[in-house]
Amino acid sequence: MELLIAIMVGVLVAASVYLMLARNVLRFLFGLILISNAANLLIFVSGRLTAEAPPLIPEGADAPLELVANALPQALVLTAIVIGFGLFAFALMLVYRGYQSLGTLMSDEMRLAEPKEDGQ
Amino acid sequence: MAGGPAGWISVLIPAALFAYFLGFVPAVSDGDVILLATEWVPSLDIRLSVMIDGLSLTFALLITGIGTLVTLYSTKYLGSHPEYPRFVLYLMAFMVGMLGLTLSDNLLALFVFWEVTTISSYLLIGFNSDSAKSRRSALQALLVTGTGGLALLAGMILLGNVAGSFELSVILQQGDMIRAHPLYVPIVILFLAGAFTKSAQFPFHFWLPNAMAAPTPVSAYLHSATMVKAGIYLMARMNPGLGGTDLWFWTLVIAGGFTTVFASVLALRQTDIKQVLAYTTLMALGALTLFIGAGTSDAIKAAMLFLVVHSLYKAALFLMIGVVDHATGTREVGVLRGLARKMPLTFVAAALAAISMAGIPPFIGFIGKEFLYKAGLGLEQGSLWVTGTIFAASALMFVAAGIVALRPFLGKLADTPKPAHEGPMVMVIGPLILAVLGLFFGLFPDTIEAWLVAPGTWAVYGSPDVSVDLYLFREVNAAFILSMVTFATGVVIYVFHRSLRDALGRLFAANPIKFDPGWDRVLDGLKALAGWQTRILQSGVLQRYLFVVFATLAIGIGGTIWTKDALNFRLDLAAELDGLLFKHWAVLVFIIAGALLTAYTRSRMTAIAALGVVGIGVALIFIMFSAPDVAITQLLVETLVVVLVAVAMLKLPHLDPVGTKDRRPWHAVLAVAVGVCVTAVLVAVLQGDIDRRLTDYFEVTSWPEAYGRNIVNVILVDFRALDTFGEIAVVVIAALSAYALLRGTHYKGRKPDTAEDET
Repeated sequence: MELLIAIMVGVLVAASVYLMLARNVLRFLFGLILISNAANLLIFVSGRLTAEAPPLIPEGADAPLELVANALPQALVLTAIVIGFGLFAFALMLVYRGYQSLGTLMSDEMRLAEPKEDGQ
Repeated sequence: MAGGPAGWISVLIPAALFAYFLGFVPAVSDGDVILLATEWVPSLDIRLSVMIDGLSLTFALLITGIGTLVTLYSTKYLGSHPEYPRFVLYLMAFMVGMLGLTLSDNLLALFVFWEVTTISSYLLIGFNSDSAKSRRSALQALLVTGTGGLALLAGMILLGNVAGSFELSVILQQGDMIRAHPLYVPIVILFLAGAFTKSAQFPFHFWLPNAMAAPTPVSAYLHSATMVKAGIYLMARMNPGLGGTDLWFWTLVIAGGFTTVFASVLALRQTDIKQVLAYTTLMALGALTLFIGAGTSDAIKAAMLFLVVHSLYKAALFLMIGVVDHATGTREVGVLRGLARKMPLTFVAAALAAISMAGIPPFIGFIGKEFLYKAGLGLEQGSLWVTGTIFAASALMFVAAGIVALRPFLGKLADTPKPAHEGPMVMVIGPLILAVLGLFFGLFPDTIEAWLVAPGTWAVYGSPDVSVDLYLFREVNAAFILSMVTFATGVVIYVFHRSLRDALGRLFAANPIKFDPGWDRVLDGLKALAGWQTRILQSGVLQRYLFVVFATLAIGIGGTIWTKDALNFRLDLAAELDGLLFKHWAVLVFIIAGALLTAYTRSRMTAIAALGVVGIGVALIFIMFSAPDVAITQLLVETLVVVLVAVAMLKLPHLDPVGTKDRRPWHAVLAVAVGVCVTAVLVAVLQGDIDRRLTDYFEVTSWPEAYGRNIVNVILVDFRALDTFGEIAVVVIAALSAYALLRGTHYKGRKPDTAEDET
């Protein structure tokens, strides 16, 4: 399963790169969502997969009694999900506001700060 | 004293330092080398270490001694200038830099001080910042010496690696090893690039005459007595480590000799006395390079003597012309006549300094010239070239001395822009002291020999076995006869120098190779290149930037995997597929299908739905592999994302404008390449052993130390609490910013036209 998820992460990354290269910034946003999912999975899988053994300590014990899932990548991914969401929400508002002001979603037409020069 | 506190402080500091350094003279003249060190940047092996030997002490005394006279002179020359304190600040910064440069034992520290002198020189040349000529000259000096400085830094790093230390006292012990090393040639070239630009050797000479746009005290101090000699110092300092090879010998001898003759001919061409002095300074720098390159003990001795001699008389003459300029309002040789009666003290200073410069006995200049001849005649190779250039230069110096000190002062008094009058005492005292010292050392050469020249020679030659014995006259020998011939030639040229100047002017006007306009063309070319490169790289189109970023990523990762052969293990797909349940298959298929559909679709609603599928699929993976907390968060966030996107869609247009499609084959190729690279890296990671030390630590400490049974939660709120706090801060800031953005849209009715108004 780890190997298959590795391949799947590659597919997610490929799809998100393709989306991020698009002219339309909305597609860029979709790419952003996909690539954060891909990154989270990547971190999760590199900590190895353990089925049906959440990292919990049973009542009365000082430490897990048997092998449990790797807790460290889980903690990191949890943080990353939330941060990724913050980034996404901000980017979405930026796109929304950009469209309100500039009237376009095409990145090459958003040239308020750098107007086209002659000869370009 | 004029100039207020800035004035007397600026005089007091160099004077106190001069007295301090004088205290080292007895020890150093006994042949001692004083080493002091403190750690500065230990991690980079940079130590603030000081080495005081004959060479650095000679420089330190020149810097502080002439510095005292120059600052004293400046109190009157610039004391009433509104920016005088700023001037003093720059001058003091320069002095610190110059002292550090000559005293530092660490190559990297030396480089830092080297750059301090470059920058303070830039500020001082451009002191009259409202003049375009000053600004151009300042920039030119900065760029030429700064470029050389970068070359020098590269050379220093190479040398430090070769020698295994950045301490000069260590490096200079290893001369034989360095000279035999394959990197010796690049090291020498880089060091000489630094030294030649700083000391204005041909073909980098053109900045120095332009630098005379600086106020006269600066010209006297930086561009004659001290800073331009930093390159000379460097060559002298490195001589025991780098010198003694054919490469060193011929480069220095040819460049130095050419600069010497070239500059002394150009000196005759000038009509501005300050420019005459500028070119004779170039000549002196050339001669010093020439003799350090020649490298015999006699040559080094001659160079060390000439270094001191030149600093004395040239600083005196520069300060003198400043007094004349101040008093009469002009520096043109054609205008100034008969000032001797109006300015007797200035005349005395000028005459004494000029006699030393002309090399007439009993002044120290005579001894200096005599030793140059003696060293030149004694060379085994290149004797004719060295002696010939020095002969030509000395004869022309004789003429230049006449132009500078005879013509303006003798004859009938001529009209000047301001009526001539004697300069104020604080301005005349400096040149007088320097000029009288030239006479004193000439009459008592033993003093300067024991104090400065002998220890300096030992340091540069790399051994204290050289006997230095200066004398005014001992016997009629070849050098003495050559001196007499020099005087005769000098007198003849002086008589004809005015017609010679006109002829030279015509000759140079016809010469198509001009360095100064050439410099402008180089700068224009550089600007054009920068503009062209910026237009290529900075297209202003987001898609192209991202393409470059991702392509770099793919090539970087893919190339590394390829060249390091990182994937040389066998993948056991059969074992992988074995034991795979339906739920696993289903999740994988859902996620991949969702991702591809998002990339492919032209419909916004399909894209949102497909994104939702991917997000929930990822949450399912978290659930299956024992991460319930992560799965809950993922589900929550995923729901919010879909809701937010869906709401935004209500106000946003379709993905593709009517009649267009989004098909980008090249982007697809790149996207697949990046995806393959990421998979390859992840597979490689999974092949290796996992390091569970941190996890183990959290597992055994979670309950005993933090009283939590959910290890993930304990990590988040306890072990990595600060991290979580940062995360919360990020979310709050994102929310606030999003709110601000949304608030900004509340001007109904005039939304899209704001953009058009501004463009």
